[in-house]
Amino acid sequence: MQGKAWSKYLLSLPPLTYLLVFFAVPTFIMLFASFRYAGEYGGLAPWYLHEHGRLSLELTLENWQRLVGTDIYLRLFAKSISYAVITTVLCLVMAFPLALVIARSGHRYRDLLLLLVILPFWSNFLVRIYAWMIIFSPVGALTRMINALLDLVGAGPITLMYSPTAVIVCLVYVHLPFMVLPLYANLEKHDPALLDAAQDLGAGQWRRFWLITWPLALPGITAGSILVFIPVLGMFAVPDLLGGTTGIMIGNVIKQQFMESRDWPFGSVLSMVLTATAVAVVLLGVRLGQGRKGRG
Amino acid sequence: MARKSLLLRLSAALVYLFLYLPLLIVVLFSFNDSRLNAEWVGFTWKWYGKLFHNKQMLTAAMNSLIIATVSAIVATLLGTLAGIAMHQYRLRLLPLLVLAPIAMPEILMGVSLLVLFIMMNMTLGLVSVMLAHITFSIGFVALAVQARMSHMDPALIEAARDLGATPWRSFREITLPLLLPGILAGGLMAFTLSIDDFVITFFTAGVGSSTLPLQIYSMVKIAVTPEVNAVSTLLMLLTLVVIILTSRLSPTFFGGK
Repeated sequence: MQGKAWSKYLLSLPPLTYLLVFFAVPTFIMLFASFRYAGEYGGLAPWYLHEHGRLSLELTLENWQRLVGTDIYLRLFAKSISYAVITTVLCLVMAFPLALVIARSGHRYRDLLLLLVILPFWSNFLVRIYAWMIIFSPVGALTRMINALLDLVGAGPITLMYSPTAVIVCLVYVHLPFMVLPLYANLEKHDPALLDAAQDLGAGQWRRFWLITWPLALPGITAGSILVFIPVLGMFAVPDLLGGTTGIMIGNVIKQQFMESRDWPFGSVLSMVLTATAVAVVLLGVRLGQGRKGRG
Repeated sequence: MARKSLLLRLSAALVYLFLYLPLLIVVLFSFNDSRLNAEWVGFTWKWYGKLFHNKQMLTAAMNSLIIATVSAIVATLLGTLAGIAMHQYRLRLLPLLVLAPIAMPEILMGVSLLVLFIMMNMTLGLVSVMLAHITFSIGFVALAVQARMSHMDPALIEAARDLGATPWRSFREITLPLLLPGILAGGLMAFTLSIDDFVITFFTAGVGSSTLPLQIYSMVKIAVTPEVNAVSTLLMLLTLVVIILTSRLSPTFFGGK
């Protein structure tokens, strides 16, 4: 057909242009900025100088050297990755029974149960963090109850607020639906006849779970893990409000470089490492998915 | 056959409790007659009253509504085009650009747009926030529209074409009306995403153009006060209304069949 070629461009060109300008270009600008000098008053210095009729490039590897020159930032990346791993595992542990119950419920209740998982996710992100600020507050009922109990056994009072524990609990809370949804989508497709057959053949509850449900659920687990892991890795609001000084993550340092110390080149270096990590995780997930498809 | 042991049901119930208890506490304390969010003292509306006399809060709410409305409209237009294009043609770059912003940590989009806007000599404000919100909303609208398209029977279009309708006419009279629920659902989703966004707004708003989430952030940074509970409760109510509307329009969007 003749009309096809131009309608293809007519349709795809406007969104494509928009996303190129406001997503792809900024990403490359950041990559470029990571090789530039910081401006005298923050921001970026000019990347070329025109002096005495000669043009000189003002680019440097300094910012990247700063990243690997000390172990502060690499440690912080490692710490953020460990928070993301812990959060992902906890989300999986909590999401699995929930997704199973929903998938094995009657059709009439499924949508409702699912909606109940999504609903809190639609309340404002800051409100959900704020809720935990109330719960973990030193004057809050939870802290006072724990300390009253600790007092009985003679242990000192503890604070829940501003700790890695507070950060991780809130990270799990915020990201749980990202794990439940893909898991449910997967579990819903399982054929119950498989479990019946295994039972007839004498497999117990746990054997049925580990030999049938779990392996079949792996694609859902992978998808959910990526959806949780990536946003957690770049998080700054949760550690900012609940982490104090001990609970900070790489996102906090990136925010600091761009907003407070205004060292954009170094902020760009950290952002590029975060981008590369996120891309690597997505590719790994896709790879795992394809690997399974190939074998199945 | 339903296989749900008591243990399984119990742990699912506990997870639901974990999901709802914190929000319940926020709502409850918004009616509590005490400055501290610590124990129940008595019922009051006064935090809501204070809210409606808080000039900064009202300005922030207005900004949020303006930004959300404009960015939802633009993102709906662009996202619908993208969704249709992605369904009809085998494209490489567009799906990548549509999905990547959703898949990357938000902070990256925030800082890179900050750098772009400053390099373009733009003053940060309502416009920069709108441009940013459109960027992350396009993908969600495109996915909603694409999902709707894949449920559509291609025979309908073929029939229209066989009966002599031009491509434009068959699009206008068949495709568009059938897509409308998906488009509206995507648009409402873009609206709530914009109203709720904190991270990307934080980097692109500059000084003097606060939105509700930014306002909540700066209040929470200083102290935990019941006024925050009140504005949070109202925000939840608003989102709930939009969500109910969306699910009415497009049940498929929420994972249900």
